[in-house]
Amino acid sequence: MADTTNIDIDRVAQLARLALTPEEKEKFSRQLAEVLHHMRQLEQVDVTGVEPTAHAFPLFNVWADDLAKPGLPVEAALRNAPAQRDNMIVVPKVVE
Amino acid sequence: MADELHYQTIANLSVRLAKRELSAVELMQAVIDRTNQVEPKVRAFNSRNEVDALSQATAADARRSAGESLGPLDGIPIGLKDVIAVENQPLTASSKMLANFVSPYDGTVAQKLKRAGAVLWGRLNMDEFAMGSSTENSATHQTANPWDTSCVPGGSSGGSAAAVAAGQAIATLGSDTGGSIRQPAALCGVVGLKPTYGLISRYGLIAFASSLDQIGPFTHTVEDAAIMLQSIAGHDECDSTSYRTALPDYRDELKQRQGPWKLGIPKEYFGEGLDPEVGAAVERAIAHYRAQGCEIKEVSLPHTRYCLDAYYVIATAEASSNLARYDGVRYGHRSKAAKDITDLYFQSRAEGFGEEVKRRIILGTYVLSSGYYDAYYLRAQKVRTLIRQDFLNAYQEVDALITPTTPTPAFKLGAKADPLALYLCDIYTIGVNLAGLPAVSVPCGFSSSGLPLGLQLIGRPFEEASLLAIARDYEQAHDWHQRHPQF
Repeated sequence: MADTTNIDIDRVAQLARLALTPEEKEKFSRQLAEVLHHMRQLEQVDVTGVEPTAHAFPLFNVWADDLAKPGLPVEAALRNAPAQRDNMIVVPKVVE
Repeated sequence: MADELHYQTIANLSVRLAKRELSAVELMQAVIDRTNQVEPKVRAFNSRNEVDALSQATAADARRSAGESLGPLDGIPIGLKDVIAVENQPLTASSKMLANFVSPYDGTVAQKLKRAGAVLWGRLNMDEFAMGSSTENSATHQTANPWDTSCVPGGSSGGSAAAVAAGQAIATLGSDTGGSIRQPAALCGVVGLKPTYGLISRYGLIAFASSLDQIGPFTHTVEDAAIMLQSIAGHDECDSTSYRTALPDYRDELKQRQGPWKLGIPKEYFGEGLDPEVGAAVERAIAHYRAQGCEIKEVSLPHTRYCLDAYYVIATAEASSNLARYDGVRYGHRSKAAKDITDLYFQSRAEGFGEEVKRRIILGTYVLSSGYYDAYYLRAQKVRTLIRQDFLNAYQEVDALITPTTPTPAFKLGAKADPLALYLCDIYTIGVNLAGLPAVSVPCGFSSSGLPLGLQLIGRPFEEASLLAIARDYEQAHDWHQRHPQF
């Protein structure tokens, strides 16, 4: 298992799209190193030939009939939008 | 005390409502009065709407007058954890991220409760996004344990457990990802049922860890848990993990299914870290079953020591993925400080999420990231297979397992500042979620300082009927469920 003593907290925060303060970075790095150290116990388990479990009762090929059904009305769907105009959500400019 | 309306069971109240000895409005008013009396101390609710609740109760009375009662839940005040969607009600997950969110639709369980005539009453406090074991991670306020208001109610469904214990609702719903129903039920001295994964639709439940999350009831008695389960269980095409299975009449099965049963004692659940008072109470419960003629057998779940690690890898990985949706764009908190669209994501999430949620997102992102996925996430999923197999092996020999629900009674508010110490509160409950099994916590006594203790019974998949019958057998031979906190 990888060395967990030095977590690249900046890379992880970047992947998580989460801005962290210097204090949070320091605290989380330290706490996560502890938690990850604990998690290294999992290395002790012999998992040779063991299939991973994603769900306790896996269901496959759950089909639904291809029928049009009413969805949320526009007003309901936009009710919680932080900013909106003309039935659209307003966001900062994406393309210069 | 026991005659007070707010501490009556659904089973009793439904009879009195049916006989017209009591109206739903009178009942709702009694629960409102009680809530207003104790809420300053308990603080179980994030929000509640008395006018709306009384109007639902009036509708229930009108149905009864017209001979159109919808069944035992018609007119019963039921509180919901603030993580389950109810149309036009606030839905905050106790997070600043969703502080102003109003749900545009009903979750399946809310719709089912409405169809059963239940009065949906209040939004109950919880750890933010259900991440925690004490409700101290709520962004709104701390909820107190009704038995000792200097102690935590447990979590993450702390408000749901405290509200039932304090008589602020007749029953409530919570959600359980690693013990979030059973642990607070134990700490507040009420019944908490976590059903088999897939039995209850998760549609309209704010997702934490999708392969582990399950909705379930808090009640005063096992019979009430059966009534609640009946109304919310069943296949739902809106949840692709929802299971198609025939539903028994859970309440009727309580009487039909009689012991003696074969019960297993997993030796790994009685080791280091177990409070002696909790251990002694569970031993007395085991003695009860033995005296009833049950065969008691020691069993081993050898991978138990890996449950905590496997759980925190899988749960945080799924959480980091599920919580990616909170980006400040379509709904939820939007930062006013953002410079551009990318910065909007970073800042909105930084401002909207609390510390524990951030910690778990970071951990979950890490274990899923390139270079670490196989070492952590994939390995944890394989260990999960072995953990699940341990339980299934035990069920070759026994009908159910008996364990403590928690290692200790409720602890003081602020006592567990270290994340790892708090994670250890779930040590007896998380294996059940990893294996997808049903389990129930029932009150089994009190500590010397007067705090409730919980007994956990773990059943076979989709065998809630037997599990509840076993739990009821113990409950009916004791009076723990008839005791209530004094204020």
